[in-house]
Amino acid sequence: MELNTDVFAFAYLVATTLFIFGLKGLSHPKTALRGNRLSMAGMGVAIVVTLLRPDVHNYGLIFAGLLAGAILGVPLAMKIQMTAMPQLVAALHSFVGLAAVLVAGGTYLIHAQEGAVSPVLLIELVIGSAIGAVTFTGSLVAFAKLQGLVGSAPLVFKGQHALNALLIGGIVVLSAVFVGAHSATVFWAVTAIALVLGFLIVLPIGGSDMPVVVSMLNSYSGWAASATGFTLNNHLLIATGALVGSSGAILSYIMCKAMNRSLLNVILGGFGTTVEQAAASGTAKACKAASTEDAAFVFENATNIIVVPGYGMAVAQAQHAVKELYEALHHKGVEVKFAIHPVAGRMPGHMNVLLAESEIPYDDVLELDDVNPEFARADAVLVVGANDVVNPAARTNKSSPLYGMPILDAYKSKMVYVIKRSMNPGYSGVENELFYHDNCSLIFGDAKKVCEGIVNCLKAE
Amino acid sequence: MSTTMVAVYIFTLACFVGYHVIWGVTPALHTPLMAVTNAISAILVVGAIIVAGSTHATDSILIQSLGFLAVTLASINIFGGFVVTNRILAMFKKKS
Repeated sequence: MELNTDVFAFAYLVATTLFIFGLKGLSHPKTALRGNRLSMAGMGVAIVVTLLRPDVHNYGLIFAGLLAGAILGVPLAMKIQMTAMPQLVAALHSFVGLAAVLVAGGTYLIHAQEGAVSPVLLIELVIGSAIGAVTFTGSLVAFAKLQGLVGSAPLVFKGQHALNALLIGGIVVLSAVFVGAHSATVFWAVTAIALVLGFLIVLPIGGSDMPVVVSMLNSYSGWAASATGFTLNNHLLIATGALVGSSGAILSYIMCKAMNRSLLNVILGGFGTTVEQAAASGTAKACKAASTEDAAFVFENATNIIVVPGYGMAVAQAQHAVKELYEALHHKGVEVKFAIHPVAGRMPGHMNVLLAESEIPYDDVLELDDVNPEFARADAVLVVGANDVVNPAARTNKSSPLYGMPILDAYKSKMVYVIKRSMNPGYSGVENELFYHDNCSLIFGDAKKVCEGIVNCLKAE
Repeated sequence: MSTTMVAVYIFTLACFVGYHVIWGVTPALHTPLMAVTNAISAILVVGAIIVAGSTHATDSILIQSLGFLAVTLASINIFGGFVVTNRILAMFKKKS
């Protein structure tokens, strides 16, 4: 028996190691696919070994569950559009959250039947369930916002923060009650409050802050797995959950830094609702409009241009049109690079995936720090559906809400063309000073149609 | 050292490992990173199997249902997460 538990523990260690190497593979696109296979192997080892445990029975039930997951999960993953990745990730986070709640509930019921409950176990159970519940409903709201089921605008109401504080207080007090006199009712009551809290935490956060929210929920799903590991005293779950938890935490940090905001500021929400007056007070200035022919003429005669994609490219599904433009210009000997701001899109790395989908070589896709020195020597820049991330006010205007945010220095290039649907300001509600620069022209229209229009002009000549 | 303290050790050290490994991930692959961590966090399936497979689940419909639903949800994540990550990474590979 002693040997047996060590064999299981060793197999779990192998699985943990495989996950670590799997994540390490993502340090470069060349090793990433192999890394994913290592992670899959880790999961395979973990599942097979768990099924072999002497305390595991009811194989029919378990296999039915695994099979149902495969039947639902595989087609979903095969069919999902790359522009809808943020929604898929949010939905999957919610499943992990709910699973954590269910496992905590089940574990509690089992231990209660056995009469084997210790205060430590009860604390671990209630923490696991609460984190899982917040992850579950928080991710549901994030999903609804990303999918457009509810408006992506921040939903703020009076007393919101007081209510949240009250709920957190309620969770703490009831958890203490649960540990003192454990009852199933109190356990589910704590879980219910945590479910409400998850809703309320994400509701006030607006669409453009979604990269932070999705990263944060990613982190929570890891902590939920870790907490479950504590309740089961399972080191595989503890270690693996910690890997995922720190991953999400680091991504949240990177996203917040890219917006020059603190995590607390994002979580408290409401950004983009209070600055409208500031935007409206700006004096009427003139900006230039340009046609696709103008842009095509400038691009054709350039040696190098930089394309700045943003969420608008995803909305318009313009990534394939952008690729056509890339090829048409390459054909004419123009060097084309892409500049990616960390918070462009609705999740970390969103733009990179869309460009990869349209088969643009990743060597031509540059990150903020690498590309910024290039703008000054670029003959032209094309901004496709991005706004705040190219607003020079972030550098120059101390009164702007964007001040201090790292931006892409598009304004430094000789010519800037911005594809825009309308004159509406960006998400932050701040007017974009770039539009009034002498070197900037706006091309009004749908990002996809405009890109196709430029390509047609290039081909016609 | 109590079992809980051992667990705390493992948790803390794993956080450090995670910290160093994740900072090494190239920003271009942050979306597949989220997708794969989605799949990996479904390691919860181990807990779900233990609940569903418990002898107590045999006589309790409630425990059975909790366990079955948890296994199913975790399994969606495992299959969905790994398959979509594979799809994304294949796109990055094509162009090299």
